[in-house]
Amino acid sequence: MEYIFHIFILIFIYGILAIAQNLVMGSTGLLTLGGAAFYGIGAYTAAILATKFGVNIFASLALAPILAGIIACVVGVSFARFRDDYFMLATLGFLMIFHTVVRNWEELTGGAYGIAGISKPELFNFTFQTPASFLLLALAIFLLTLGISYRISRSSFGRVLNAIREDEDALKIFGYKTSSYKLLAFTLGASLSACAGVLFASYITFIDSNFFTINESLLLWSMIILGGIGRNRGAVVGAFILIIVPEFLRFVGFPTEFAGLLRQFIYGSLLVLLMLFRPNGILGKYKL
Amino acid sequence: MKYILETKSLTKSFGGVHAVDHLSINIPQGIITGLVGPNGSGKTTLVNVLSGFSGEDEGSIVFSGVDRKKILPWENQAYGITRTFQQIRLFDQMSVLDNILVVLTERSPLAALFERHGAYHLKIAEDILKRIDLHEKKSHHAGDLSYGQRKLLEMGRVLAMNSNIILLDEPFAGLFPEMVKKIEGIILELKKEGKTIVLVEHNMAIIRNLCDHLIVMDAGKLLAEGHPEKILAEKSVLEAYLGE
Repeated sequence: MEYIFHIFILIFIYGILAIAQNLVMGSTGLLTLGGAAFYGIGAYTAAILATKFGVNIFASLALAPILAGIIACVVGVSFARFRDDYFMLATLGFLMIFHTVVRNWEELTGGAYGIAGISKPELFNFTFQTPASFLLLALAIFLLTLGISYRISRSSFGRVLNAIREDEDALKIFGYKTSSYKLLAFTLGASLSACAGVLFASYITFIDSNFFTINESLLLWSMIILGGIGRNRGAVVGAFILIIVPEFLRFVGFPTEFAGLLRQFIYGSLLVLLMLFRPNGILGKYKL
Repeated sequence: MKYILETKSLTKSFGGVHAVDHLSINIPQGIITGLVGPNGSGKTTLVNVLSGFSGEDEGSIVFSGVDRKKILPWENQAYGITRTFQQIRLFDQMSVLDNILVVLTERSPLAALFERHGAYHLKIAEDILKRIDLHEKKSHHAGDLSYGQRKLLEMGRVLAMNSNIILLDEPFAGLFPEMVKKIEGIILELKKEGKTIVLVEHNMAIIRNLCDHLIVMDAGKLLAEGHPEKILAEKSVLEAYLGE
């Protein structure tokens, strides 16, 4: 049962990340590879505050999104002139800078050794120690994130983001300074990703820089493209499938010497087939 | 005649080509001004510069007596300008209704996030869709509309902007006669409301029917300006534009 709880905790954490990625990439059309960096900023904020200053994880859940939001604002303003693939390369550069900083700033981040002994969240003398209790916490934050994202997508703000994705230059003609909309979407996405990072750090209780590489950003891309670009439920379905399928393949009786490779092969093939026969994703209506 | 829009020695070049070449024209207020000229004469470039879509290299633009340089596209709304495009540019993967609503929304991100006038804007958008006969298609994706309906939706967005100066870049191109009549009707209604309209068009029958003032461009320069009947009878215009 604990294994099932573990899988669902991961689904909720990645669900939050996929929703954040969808806000930035699916709704607004900003091709960002920086998702893993903001996820990492959240995780490292929680880890540093908990291990060095004894700060409760719930406080980190408030502080990390603010810090990630401030950093996203600075990054977003700096990258405002870039579009499409140039923006993607710029965010990749940001991710590499983040990775280099956390890997080399040993006094603060533990460098290659990472940070261990991150505490579990505590609320009114109750510690979310067991997988079941942590699952409830992850579910609550996931639902809150989903609610925020749903509110955004139903608002006029969400409609403008979609119009930016469709034709930013044409939208400007109607009096929109689109850079401020994109900056706010990027900042909100970063803050939500940081929430997922706080949860992850507290759940695993150990983090190092290898958790926040470009592979993680690409996994988020896969989740929203698979589930369906520009739709919250698509992001959630994508996260569910891409967490469940690799776990499911563990139980297929492959020979041990090939098991890892075969799982990766089947996993990759499934993604290719889905894109061939359903390029808009499972629940998608839009194309980038 | 009162002029709402003037250009003074306006120039826009691409490489060594002067698409708009030291052009000085006057657009009268509250009437329809036709902008004609052979292909490549700089009409669309002029519309792009006037709407801030691309910046001018030299010269200036005067709006209601105020000299403006380097208009930025998002300043259009504040200056009361809107435009359509020669190649239709709708938000294709958004609904027909959303294509209108996005024009009505508050421009500040935070105001849009916590919008308080949603119901009011929805009513305006629905009324506009009824006016352009697209209400039944309001839930369809704009990209799924026929060519003529897409042209109508562009006009719907112009109505939603409610701007004083409207730049229409070939709104009749490729349309069948019934749709031409519909769009002519909308343009005449806008004129009745006191809007200033600049109409880029090749069809001389439409120009004669709609326009009160005509500007003829050739190779980025002003060839003639005045009343359509008078201008279209000028020998230089016939030679340059009509090849007669």
